[in-house]
Amino acid sequence: MKLTLWTYEGPPHVGAMRVATAMKGLHYVLHAPQGDTYADLLFTMIERRDHRPPVTYTTFQARDLGGDTATLFKSACQDAVDRFAPEAIIVGASCTAELIQDNPAGLAGSMNLGLPVIALDLPSYQRKEGFGTDETFLQIVRHLAQPCARTEQITANLIGPTALGFRHRDDITELTRLLSEMGIGLNVVAPMGARPSDIARLGAAHFNVLMYPEHAESAARWLETNFKQPYTKTVPIGVGATRDFLAEVSKITGLAPKTDTTRLRLPWWTRSVDSTYLTGKRVFIFGDGTHVAAAARIAREEMGFEVAGLGCFNREMARPIRALAKDYGVEALISDDYLEVEAAIAALQPEMILGTQMERHIGKRLGIPCAVISAPVHVQDFPARYSPQMGWEGANVIFDTWVHPLVMGLEEHLLHMFRDDFEFHDDAGASHHGGAHKPREAAAEAAPAAAEEAGSMPAEPASLDQAVPVVQPSGDIVWLSDAEAELKKIPFFVRGKARRNTETYAQTKGVTAISVETLYEAKAHYAR
Amino acid sequence: MNAPAPALGCTNTPVLKERGQREVFCGLTGIIWLHRKMQDAFFLVVGSRTCAHLLQSAAGVMIFAEPRFGTAILEEKDLAGLADAQTELDREVDRLLSRRPDIRQLFLVGSCPSEVIKLDLHRAAERMSVKHAPHVRVLNYSGSGIETTFTQGEDACLASMVPTLGATAEKELLLVGALPDVVEDQAMALLAALGITKVRCLPARRSADALAIGPNTVFALLQPFLGDTHAALTRRGARHIPAPFPFGAEGTTLWLQAIATEFGVDPDLFAKVTAAPRARAEKAVAAATQTLSGKSIFFFPDSQLEIPLARFLTRECGMTAIEVGTPFLHRDLLGPDLALLAHGPTISEGQDVDKQLTRARAARADLTVCGLGLANPLEAEGMATKWAIELVFTPVHFYEQAGDLAALFARPLRRRALLAPLAPDMEAAE
Repeated sequence: MKLTLWTYEGPPHVGAMRVATAMKGLHYVLHAPQGDTYADLLFTMIERRDHRPPVTYTTFQARDLGGDTATLFKSACQDAVDRFAPEAIIVGASCTAELIQDNPAGLAGSMNLGLPVIALDLPSYQRKEGFGTDETFLQIVRHLAQPCARTEQITANLIGPTALGFRHRDDITELTRLLSEMGIGLNVVAPMGARPSDIARLGAAHFNVLMYPEHAESAARWLETNFKQPYTKTVPIGVGATRDFLAEVSKITGLAPKTDTTRLRLPWWTRSVDSTYLTGKRVFIFGDGTHVAAAARIAREEMGFEVAGLGCFNREMARPIRALAKDYGVEALISDDYLEVEAAIAALQPEMILGTQMERHIGKRLGIPCAVISAPVHVQDFPARYSPQMGWEGANVIFDTWVHPLVMGLEEHLLHMFRDDFEFHDDAGASHHGGAHKPREAAAEAAPAAAEEAGSMPAEPASLDQAVPVVQPSGDIVWLSDAEAELKKIPFFVRGKARRNTETYAQTKGVTAISVETLYEAKAHYAR
Repeated sequence: MNAPAPALGCTNTPVLKERGQREVFCGLTGIIWLHRKMQDAFFLVVGSRTCAHLLQSAAGVMIFAEPRFGTAILEEKDLAGLADAQTELDREVDRLLSRRPDIRQLFLVGSCPSEVIKLDLHRAAERMSVKHAPHVRVLNYSGSGIETTFTQGEDACLASMVPTLGATAEKELLLVGALPDVVEDQAMALLAALGITKVRCLPARRSADALAIGPNTVFALLQPFLGDTHAALTRRGARHIPAPFPFGAEGTTLWLQAIATEFGVDPDLFAKVTAAPRARAEKAVAAATQTLSGKSIFFFPDSQLEIPLARFLTRECGMTAIEVGTPFLHRDLLGPDLALLAHGPTISEGQDVDKQLTRARAARADLTVCGLGLANPLEAEGMATKWAIELVFTPVHFYEQAGDLAALFARPLRRRALLAPLAPDMEAAE
């Protein structure tokens, strides 16, 4: 038993739903109680889908348990096939149905439904959403993919994009363009947009582009073994990774890595002198393994940041992320415990977080800016505009997204110079973040989720320094009044760090009363 | 004054009972508003990752940094009997309470998996109550989706509190149902103006606000879904004051009237106290009625508020109800509302969602009230929808909120009218 307040991943059957909802002509019959139907709103509200997910829930109740839940499951299967006329169905159980052991696979298999029935075995009490997507897609591929001749033109399958993915929709467009510039056509994109009949002809492609290892690595391996299709190992997020990806594709296909970089702006934008302030910004990176690995490389090589810490929530990626962390000289945090991640960030005091929506909230609390790089997603991760992460345009998008939460370099200086000016005063916050809000008190958060339910953004944080009171005596350390006055002269967006650094420094030196001297000694101590 | 009751209400209307796939939340969802109402309570769901994911999704991702609810997720070893689940639970609760000394009430909330494996949370609550007394009181109830639908979770929670209430012989009024504090304060102020001052609320805001009940307690329900709580209070000797639910100017007046009659309030005083807020409510409702009048409405079953709301919308806003679906029909509690709802609409109980969708598509009501999973798909089919969960999360009771309640229904229609010029593009995007 493990106490959980917030989760990075849902249960594995939600992963299966992400695959089913991404596809067309496939239906998922899920043995589950009524409460599990909440999962529909993830798709209709967060992703704003205009159709119900193709899922039939048996919605058994307590009074059914003594009776015949198996019959209930069979009639749900028959109804779904009659009503939705899918090309294939996937069947499985959610956590509760797993306990009553009705064996959906056997029941559906015995029904002669006249279409492929793909059984899912997703152990709810051991595995999570990521496993659910990967395993479901693997089973669909195993059951439906047929050996077939390669296409005449060199073609690729794009595999891995699912419903509720972080920018999957736009990554497909960007990759399609990159491949087409090399003269490579698309065979099938799956699961997103694919029908079971499309899965059948996966084998016609010359190779697979594994877009998101979290969701399709097992299928990629299976296709490699059974259809001798190589798959790409580089995830083309960031300039360097995209170049490596094109080189990898070139090696697989023998085609020259032709590409049009005229639309790539990130390299010049980061070299432009206005970006100097980005140098050495300490960032903490957390999310799914794939996006974290990509973000770490971009942060160090393309933005000039310093990676202060990194980690991922999906244990499946623990090994590569640990190895990566070693390369960056930091300890990897592999955890799906939100409080542990918060503690790590609080201890590291990075200047920026690249994380998920969870870390965005941690950042709000700690007064640290955050850009979102990975699922779990929120309605704001589904922008109306074209906004990929992969390829050249993805690099441009990432530059903008990461810089946006920061107080810009020039503004940093202005804030410092004019700190007593009525427009530039401390509480004004960064000008591009909208007007100053009143700090929201914890007790005033009464109205629960109405707005959240709508899928709208949660209220943005109050002024950035909401969580950074000017002087808050911590432990036995006291701030002398002149030191306190000096601390107030430091701009709000670095004041919290200055305070903590000074207190930490004082603690290690056994100083109990912080003077102006202590403050500047600490500043020198932490200077980079 | 109030419009006359219809010659033929829905009291004896045959009910369309359906069983099939239900597209509704489970009772765990109530934790989202209950934990805000009871400020020193923690709700610990004993369940699966699905339960945790539901709460997080229903609450929106992470509104509260460290919320006063959580899930003790059952793991393989708990199910296989390798670990004694009771011992594991004790350990997690000890850890939780030591980290959160502000917690005075702990609810162990049963879920589908804990019910199926028959994990005895009642025994656990008793054991923990002894261990952590007097600082923390531990109670249990089930919010499982195999037993409860959406708002039934609140009912189960409040019912679990009734046996722990103290005893009294005083003539007191108990208001039952979790409303936002501001709305509760309005109700208390109105009752005080009527001279009714011995009033308490279940749930109390803090556990220290000790409640007591007895044979001279009378109680009024604030929500229509509190059937089990009603039964538990009745068993303790308290007496229910039947009334329409306090939605809209008329509903609020009739609800107050029933209490005033019970306490022998002078009719002149009643008229004097209610006149001004009632006029305000009617004025505010009238603004939305301009949009709503003459429009039809179709309710999918969701919160059990459907029948009182249909009564409000048809009688005060000029709407026509086509179908009023409710997960459960408590005739004992809803009798006064059913009598006021004019004969005509289909009253349905339970759900077979695909059949009901077929009926809703055929009816193409001007406004369809449904859950979040259905709203956007129906909008994409060109139907205007109001998502039902907002009715539970928004202050909608009593005079001062009557206009807000009507506006919740008017807004989707006004919005459609505003966006009408873009409508052809919207259809094309489907």
